[in-house]
Amino acid sequence: MKKLFKSEASLNFASSVTAIIAGLIIGLIVIIIANPSNALNGFLTLIQGGFSNGTRGIGQVLNNATPIILTGLSVGFAFKTGLFNIGTPGQFVVGAFVAIYIGVEWTFLPGAIHWLVAIIFAALAGALWGCVPGIMKAYLNVNEVIASIIMNYIGMYTVNYIVPLTVFNINKNETLPVASSAVIPQFGIEHLIPNVNGGIVIAIILVIVIHIILNKSVLGYELKACGFNRDASKYAGINAKQKIVCSMMIAGALAGIGGALVYLGGTGKCLAVVDTLAPEGFNGIAVALLGLSSPFGILAAGLFIAHLTIGGSLMQIYGFIPQIVDIIIAIIIYFSAFALMVKGILANGFHFKKKPKVKEGQ
Amino acid sequence: MENVIEMRHITKVFPGIIANDDVTIELRKGEIHALLGENGAGKSTLMSVLFGLYQPEKGEILKNGHVVQINNPNDANNLGIGMVHQHFKLVHNFTVLENIVLGAEDTKHGFLYMKNARKKVEEISQRYNLKVDCDALISDITVGMQQRVEIIKMLYRDNEVLIFDEPTAVLTPQEIEELMQIMRDLAKEGKSILFITHKLNEIKEVADRCTVLRKGKYIGTIDVATTTKEEMSEMMVGRKINLTTEKTESHPTDDILVVKNLSVSKKGHKNPVNNISFSVRKGEIVCIAGIDGNGQTELVQAITGLMPILNGTILLNGKDITHASIRQRNVSGISHIPEDRHKHGLILDYPLSYNLVLQRYFEPQFSQHGFLKFEEIEKYSEKLIEQYDIRSGQGSKTIARSMSGGNQQKAIIAREIDKNPDCLIAVQPTRGLDVGAIEYIHKQIIRERDEGKAVLLVSLELDEVMNLSDRILVIYEGEIVGEFNPKEITVQELGLYMAGSKRGDTNEKAV
Repeated sequence: MKKLFKSEASLNFASSVTAIIAGLIIGLIVIIIANPSNALNGFLTLIQGGFSNGTRGIGQVLNNATPIILTGLSVGFAFKTGLFNIGTPGQFVVGAFVAIYIGVEWTFLPGAIHWLVAIIFAALAGALWGCVPGIMKAYLNVNEVIASIIMNYIGMYTVNYIVPLTVFNINKNETLPVASSAVIPQFGIEHLIPNVNGGIVIAIILVIVIHIILNKSVLGYELKACGFNRDASKYAGINAKQKIVCSMMIAGALAGIGGALVYLGGTGKCLAVVDTLAPEGFNGIAVALLGLSSPFGILAAGLFIAHLTIGGSLMQIYGFIPQIVDIIIAIIIYFSAFALMVKGILANGFHFKKKPKVKEGQ
Repeated sequence: MENVIEMRHITKVFPGIIANDDVTIELRKGEIHALLGENGAGKSTLMSVLFGLYQPEKGEILKNGHVVQINNPNDANNLGIGMVHQHFKLVHNFTVLENIVLGAEDTKHGFLYMKNARKKVEEISQRYNLKVDCDALISDITVGMQQRVEIIKMLYRDNEVLIFDEPTAVLTPQEIEELMQIMRDLAKEGKSILFITHKLNEIKEVADRCTVLRKGKYIGTIDVATTTKEEMSEMMVGRKINLTTEKTESHPTDDILVVKNLSVSKKGHKNPVNNISFSVRKGEIVCIAGIDGNGQTELVQAITGLMPILNGTILLNGKDITHASIRQRNVSGISHIPEDRHKHGLILDYPLSYNLVLQRYFEPQFSQHGFLKFEEIEKYSEKLIEQYDIRSGQGSKTIARSMSGGNQQKAIIAREIDKNPDCLIAVQPTRGLDVGAIEYIHKQIIRERDEGKAVLLVSLELDEVMNLSDRILVIYEGEIVGEFNPKEITVQELGLYMAGSKRGDTNEKAV
């Protein structure tokens, strides 16, 4: 098992890196076209990203990475089980709201568990949002993509409706800040990186947990079996319908936790009442694609995209307007999403591993 | 006679395996040339090289005496080489005509122009007696007709070298008969045919010459008319093969599987399984014989729980399992060798070891506290690989998809038999396999019977039915139309029942 896994892992890594480099080259071309005189400085800033600001910058990268690692995990987990969870923005926002509501209102809870309770309920809310498309898919054969997109809007508008009735700060048109007991502790890492949120620790723990579920557990065996071949898993006696719902609930819970980690992070950030889907949700798709749906790949991809985002915002010093910066980052992410295609080319071109398809009767 | 195609000293290497090792083959104009070999002997690889799907490491290909370079199937097509693949490459929601012209469409002002195409297809269809309905959807027509579509596709492109990759594996006896006639007609018209197979009867029937491969190596080319089947099988396998199955008299005892008045419904059709009753006893092989599509699939899926039933009861060891889940049926003693090993039998992207515990991974032997015991699974899989001689590139770690068809089937059989079931349900267990593997699988099934298992065998191959079964039930349009002792009936008579032109008295012993 180990040897196979190793070569497979190195192939995955090589393909992601190749995709990133291709993206960076195209990004550089756009930079040159947009602002030739400052192109080099701008590009260097972009690549330097979070590292240009010392530990502060690294903290920023970690904080920005936290939610997209979670939504990436959500998309990647569902994908491993044969489902496309495009409902992360909805699951993210309901998770965020539930976490904020508990963080503001349930101050009767002791400080040590207040934040944990908030995260758990956020997970449940996300799971609830994920299980609706799961049930529709399993029992009514409704395409999960359509059902999850609809759930995104239901989630967003429901939250926008409930916030003004509950934990609302009317002056800023956003939620109230959570109580200090609901802020996630920093688990000691603040000694290394002062401005970091504790959320990243939880994100890393969840990456490991999901890795174990997928690769070591009976549940993961069943879920992946359903993802690879639903007929054969039915033949094997696996309750495929139940597994679809289960997979979507876990995916939803991960995105919900992502929402909680942002607003319980202690940065004072509050959930604004706006009619746009949470960008962290859709960014999860790019993260999952770049990370080839593997939990550790997603962790690395999340950090990388956060790193670029920070670098991009610093580019404004050299006169790049934010829209151009967004375009450049989008191009890089866009190319990164081709990692899967690059993997195919690498595997066939350089014989990293045995050809996957060998014809019968050879 | 002149050679249309010569493949000289072809060597093709895949990581870890030499698929073709210095193979030379010559195809004469107007001949049917069989390519014989076991699974994994390199037949398909050699033909894929000729069709431009693979590039050989060494060797050259000559067309009409000139060296040619075939880089992809388009090159092959331009040289007049066409191929019917074992798994047809057809677009299921397109019509027959659309599939035939696909890739070679006529257009007029940028729009499809089908009139000429239709005429040409009708001409081909007339000339070679290939009956097809141009406007039928592929998804609505039989496998036999799909194959005719594939053949017309080659002829439509004016190919003169036709490669058939195991064309009979998916056909019924009647369809095979028709195909043989078609092949003879094509050869008569001057087409040259390369015919991949491991069925000796078919080679005897149509082929002029035969080239034998074994483990990637060229063994020899023989004249079919002057060589016996035994000699050919020995060349193919490398040892003497017993072509008839030996088995002792059966001594059935108690009922294991009892099916009473079972019906299965299908939307918009008549019931594919209609009021079927029978039983399978300990220590006997009961065979359901019939032409494909007469309800065998539905019957088996109803018994194994893959398909809901309309009414009736199913008893296993006297226990009612009519409404039990698939898992419960598996656990209480049913093993199922499924009809379609890719659809149901295996998770192709899982390693072999995972596939070998497909219905057992949750047992305490293989998992604990919700986690898989990798070492135990691997140990168990090594045991089965050794015991059942499952060959694969990387042992337990081999991804099932990369294994040859015969070894995939061996893996399924190992898994199902090792479960130690009370009732083994085997659906076409030897479909698409070579003589050596068939011999092996038949032995296993008979051994199961001798160990006191009840075996329900569903087969389309009359040879298999006659050789293996202790009792034959003929199914026709979802009903059992006759029950026979294989020793008291001829193949011809059985064929009449299978075709529905005769009906017998079924209820003496069946219930």
